[in-house]
Amino acid sequence: MKIDDKLVEHIARLARLSLTGDERTAMVSDLSNILGYIEKLDELDTRDVEPTSHVVGITNVMRDDRPRPSISADEALLNAPDRADNFYRVPKIIE
Amino acid sequence: MLTETKIFCGCPTAFGAEPNTQTCPVCIGMPGVLPVLNRRALEFAIRTGLATNCAISTYSRFARKNYFYPDLPKGYQISQYELPICEHGWVDIASEEGGHKRVGITRIHMEEDAGKNIHEEKGPYSLVDFNRTGVPLMEIVSEPDIRTPAEAVEYMKKLRTILRYLGVCDGNMEQGSLRCDANVSVREAGSAGMGVKVEVKNINSFKFVERALAYEIKRQVKTLEEGGALVQETRLFDTQAGVTQSMRTKEEAHDYRYFPDPDLVPLVVDEKWIEEIRASLPELPDIKFKRFVKDYGLPEQDAAMLTEERAMADWFEEAVKAGATPKAASNWMMGELLRLLNKKNLSIEKSPIDPKQLVDILKEIENGTINRTQAKEVFEEMFNREFHRIYDTSGRIEVTLPAPKVAMTARQIIKEKGLVQISDAGELEKTVDEVLSASPDEVNRFKGGEEKLMGFFVGQVMKITRGKANPKLVNELLGKKLST
Ligand SMILES: [Zn+2]
Repeated sequence: MKIDDKLVEHIARLARLSLTGDERTAMVSDLSNILGYIEKLDELDTRDVEPTSHVVGITNVMRDDRPRPSISADEALLNAPDRADNFYRVPKIIE
Repeated sequence: MLTETKIFCGCPTAFGAEPNTQTCPVCIGMPGVLPVLNRRALEFAIRTGLATNCAISTYSRFARKNYFYPDLPKGYQISQYELPICEHGWVDIASEEGGHKRVGITRIHMEEDAGKNIHEEKGPYSLVDFNRTGVPLMEIVSEPDIRTPAEAVEYMKKLRTILRYLGVCDGNMEQGSLRCDANVSVREAGSAGMGVKVEVKNINSFKFVERALAYEIKRQVKTLEEGGALVQETRLFDTQAGVTQSMRTKEEAHDYRYFPDPDLVPLVVDEKWIEEIRASLPELPDIKFKRFVKDYGLPEQDAAMLTEERAMADWFEEAVKAGATPKAASNWMMGELLRLLNKKNLSIEKSPIDPKQLVDILKEIENGTINRTQAKEVFEEMFNREFHRIYDTSGRIEVTLPAPKVAMTARQIIKEKGLVQISDAGELEKTVDEVLSASPDEVNRFKGGEEKLMGFFVGQVMKITRGKANPKLVNELLGKKLST
């Protein structure tokens, strides 16, 4: 896969990051190196290998449908950059 | 879903709590927390899959759907992408031409709900409440089999009925526990394939489903007929204006970059559990409908109405078990009972009158104590007094007699209101003679062949007896007198 300025810009936008020109150039080279390294794996024949989505071999970890105490609104809002009454306050969402 | 707690944490799911009082580090996306699946949410999804003829996946997993929006605290929604829990099902809906039409179900997957945004009228802010964040949802995706807005409504209603029978969702569209996003496309008659599809959102009532889709179809046809082109987009239904409007979305908004969620281990559902859940399913609406037609000899329309709600069907069967003839029970339920329940804004579960009390009244008709008109009066009086007794002791509602301390019998009301019908032939004969001698013209016309005047004579007798005459006896007496 070819990493260029345009792709780095796209990924940055999806991650809500703004990059300077220098940072972008550095990213193009870093990401290309990482991908190049990973592409080494393509040399392996994986036709008969199941794709792995999880590395610990456990399944079905579940809990019962029993309520546990929630935290208070004040506690929840401690880390909020801004609040109004018991709400998180955010810049207006324009749809 | 009607679980008590959220899908990946123990916070309650109750609707209408104070903002941000039902959250915890898991559902507001604090770093380092570990989501753990609510077993009941999975069970509910499997129940729904079985009831809609789906194949249940023995291997299934969760995925992260990445996007940024203030109501999504983690920056991704936990959903299912490849390997959903249910696939390849169907439901039958009543078709417009009569009979049934099959609508395919592509898949049912589990996911977490987002929070709620409140947009300030003025000012540069929006407010966010995370109580709903993490409430378990099922997304039921249908095949492109639906052809008209009316079919879409039928399909939604059928799904709602099934979900309520299963007890997995209350189906309340106003509170958002049942929502609908519709993909709409048009194509030239007779052509194969599908046109450009547009997703219509914000359809939060059955009425709006029909309206939003009808508008969108009209808009697409008009655009094409005027030589324009349709774009694949998401449009919002404006309930006030009755139109759909384009949502301006950034071009990369659909780049969700799904990947398997590393915090949640895969689900392996064994046959044994699936069979246990299958065995616990209630009798489903289609089967109940057929049984009601076959076993009770009900017209299809009655059976359809009675089986739309499980509680309604149960009420009916209790009445029949207590001795009502099926058609009479159905008539009284569809007529008087529903009318009075609607007036008091009550569901059938909250009915002040129970099936045995209806049967009690029906028996008084059968044994000739009261006629049908009087029975309606008894029914309404009983309904109101029982309502008064059970729900309201403030005396605000209008009843002609005081609220009883224990459940009413028909006999008590008949006695207290003096409603016994006149079945004394001697007494009725006098009234009949009175009516006939006061209407010589009508008598002559009747004898000349105008037989429908019988209704007029019966009406006159009823008027004089203030509805108390035994109609069967009146008919007999009139028949005898008029044939001589
Ligand atoms: Zn929580």
